[in-house]
Amino acid sequence: MPGLPLSWRGNEGEVMWSLTNISSAIHDWLNQTFNPTWVMVIEMVIAGIAVIGLFAVLGLVLVLMERRVAAWMQIRLGPNRVGPFGLMQSLADTLKLLVKEGMTPDGADKFLFNLAPFIAMMVAMLLMAPIAFAKGFQLWDMNIGVLYVTAISSIMVISILMAGWASNNKYSLMGAMRSGAQIVSYELSAGLSILTIVVLTGSLNITDIINAQADGWWIFKGHIPVIISFVIFIIAVTAETNRAPFDLAEAESELTAGFHTEYSGMKFALFFLAEYINVFIVCAIGATLFLGGWMPFHIGNWEAFNHVMDYIPSSVWFFGKTFFLIFVIMWFRWTFPRLRIDQLLTLEWKYLLPISMFNLLLVTALAILGWHF
Amino acid sequence: MFEEIGTTTEGDLIINVGPQHPATHGVLHLVITLNGETIKKVEPHLGYIHRSIEKMCESLTYRQFIYVTSRMDYLSAHINNHACALTVEKGMQIEVPERAQVIRVIMDELTRIASHELWWGAMAMDIGAFTPFFHAFREREKINEIMEETCGARLTMNYYVPGGLMAELHPDFQKKVKEFIVLFKRKIDEYDELVTGNIIFINRMKGVGILSKEDAISYGCSGPAARGSGVNCDIRKLYPYAVYDKVQFDEILETGCDSLARYMIRIREMKQSIRIIEQLIDNIPEGDFQAKTKAVLKLPKGEFYTRVETARGELGVYIMSEGATTPYRIKFRSPGFSNLSALDHMARGSKLGDLVAMMGTLDLVIPDIDR
Repeated sequence: MPGLPLSWRGNEGEVMWSLTNISSAIHDWLNQTFNPTWVMVIEMVIAGIAVIGLFAVLGLVLVLMERRVAAWMQIRLGPNRVGPFGLMQSLADTLKLLVKEGMTPDGADKFLFNLAPFIAMMVAMLLMAPIAFAKGFQLWDMNIGVLYVTAISSIMVISILMAGWASNNKYSLMGAMRSGAQIVSYELSAGLSILTIVVLTGSLNITDIINAQADGWWIFKGHIPVIISFVIFIIAVTAETNRAPFDLAEAESELTAGFHTEYSGMKFALFFLAEYINVFIVCAIGATLFLGGWMPFHIGNWEAFNHVMDYIPSSVWFFGKTFFLIFVIMWFRWTFPRLRIDQLLTLEWKYLLPISMFNLLLVTALAILGWHF
Repeated sequence: MFEEIGTTTEGDLIINVGPQHPATHGVLHLVITLNGETIKKVEPHLGYIHRSIEKMCESLTYRQFIYVTSRMDYLSAHINNHACALTVEKGMQIEVPERAQVIRVIMDELTRIASHELWWGAMAMDIGAFTPFFHAFREREKINEIMEETCGARLTMNYYVPGGLMAELHPDFQKKVKEFIVLFKRKIDEYDELVTGNIIFINRMKGVGILSKEDAISYGCSGPAARGSGVNCDIRKLYPYAVYDKVQFDEILETGCDSLARYMIRIREMKQSIRIIEQLIDNIPEGDFQAKTKAVLKLPKGEFYTRVETARGELGVYIMSEGATTPYRIKFRSPGFSNLSALDHMARGSKLGDLVAMMGTLDLVIPDIDR
């Protein structure tokens, strides 16, 4: 899609298959057929449809994946009746939610109540923009990519607060308040650990960050400080996306369903979908920053090995890493008990934040002295 | 009651947890006064599942009323039946055959393990871990299978009659119980790895829901809830019934007085139950499984009281007889009711999330509280 420097459109005579082949083919054909203004409009429409399509597919896949992972850990089978391997299960569930009545409770602030799920959805969609799904396959390669992600993801808390307040339900309100405190706190750690990579790379641009990992992913190149910031990042984004063991906003055994107690039908489905998309996005960011995005796994000068690795398409690398991180986050959910609200804030303010600040200093020293590989 | 709809005059939030709520494991209704996340008052409202079991028992004969009690604390069905059978036997002065007594103890201990396993899963679920629930049910299923073969039922077994047992054991009983012992000893360590050793779990349990020894006694707590505060109250040791005086086992005591102590009590009690079963399973004496009794039982005029140790604590059965074929008055002293009464005292000043954990460690079964 638009906006990539030519040098990253793949080397001459490369055999590697990439999503870029499709996008450049479309781009070239449009350029031959229409004038540049129309090309831009059409490409934007295509990009929008692609995002919505990816959204739907990811939602279905991740919900099914969560249920199968949960079942696997809980010695059950999970959904396996609808379609082959239960693949159609999420589709059937979505259909059920679509035809359900969208209730708005009495006494609720109707405008805010109905607006909240759309904000949640919008945030998740906006976050798709800077993610590099494959080599040269990116919606918008802006120069402040990482900053954009941290900024936009903060809007999520507004939709949760809005939903909790507008529902006129005490459980919802408590869930929303917990969530507000939680997301605002954990954003600091997530931001600081992202910053370590920015310091090492010297750029906020996602493409630059990935290119800097061509000779090795940051998690291998950055010594222990980067591993620390990777661990903190995973903890913080688990909290930011309200996933167990930090699912206090919807702590089932305490607050029934927390901020979305009063939501039903498609409005609930939007929240549900947004949660999974957010998980995908934070894992994608984690994979991009620490695990090299679409960069294949290379070992020093093992020429043959590296060459074999290069044959695997870059989109497979990206989705493989992302889904590995998603699996880790699901693994947390199905094994850990939930923290209490004061323990949650203690963990952030007394442990994670000081550690990540100190860690950032360490990484800065590392970057200045050039001690990383 | 009017203040339930909103806030108190001091501006505290009042929320109704239950009667339909995932944390109450039944139809318990708690009216909680909250200041932010901190609990100021917990007021349990009961009666949603009251079936007047005590009144029903008054119109049933001494052979029949035992089976209604399976529906009280449905997780300790065998032990409830045992208490009733013991009371009738005490009144009629029936000598129960040794074989029946040993089988009763084995069944009681299997019930206790099954009950504690369900509690363990539900407890973990209360504090947000879902997976242990399924692991607990996997092993509990084995006990249910054993029960199903011998008693014909999985939950409300109705296996005991005044004077012994209703039927002979299933031929596979001993083999299956031995298989279960081997399996369970392996799995109990897995439980510790999955939940007990977890740092989040320990932080959630340690130092919350403090119930001092004095308070535990004055609220009339019994069973693991009281033993977690160091109260010596195991009826099996203090007033042994059946063959409990002939087997070796320890009364588990913890002095932590907190949720973690009450948790550890039950985990350790399961191991003791296995120990009791191991001693008895190869030594079931031959003989009758039932004493010869009259066709119609009539308790002599007077009052009779027996108590047993259920999985939740002390169950007392009080029968007042006028010499007829049905009891004149029956009263059950259920452990859950007294244990629940301590909840308000324990919960004040702690966080909402801890209340759920505390309720978990009290192991409330609502039909036992309401009857």
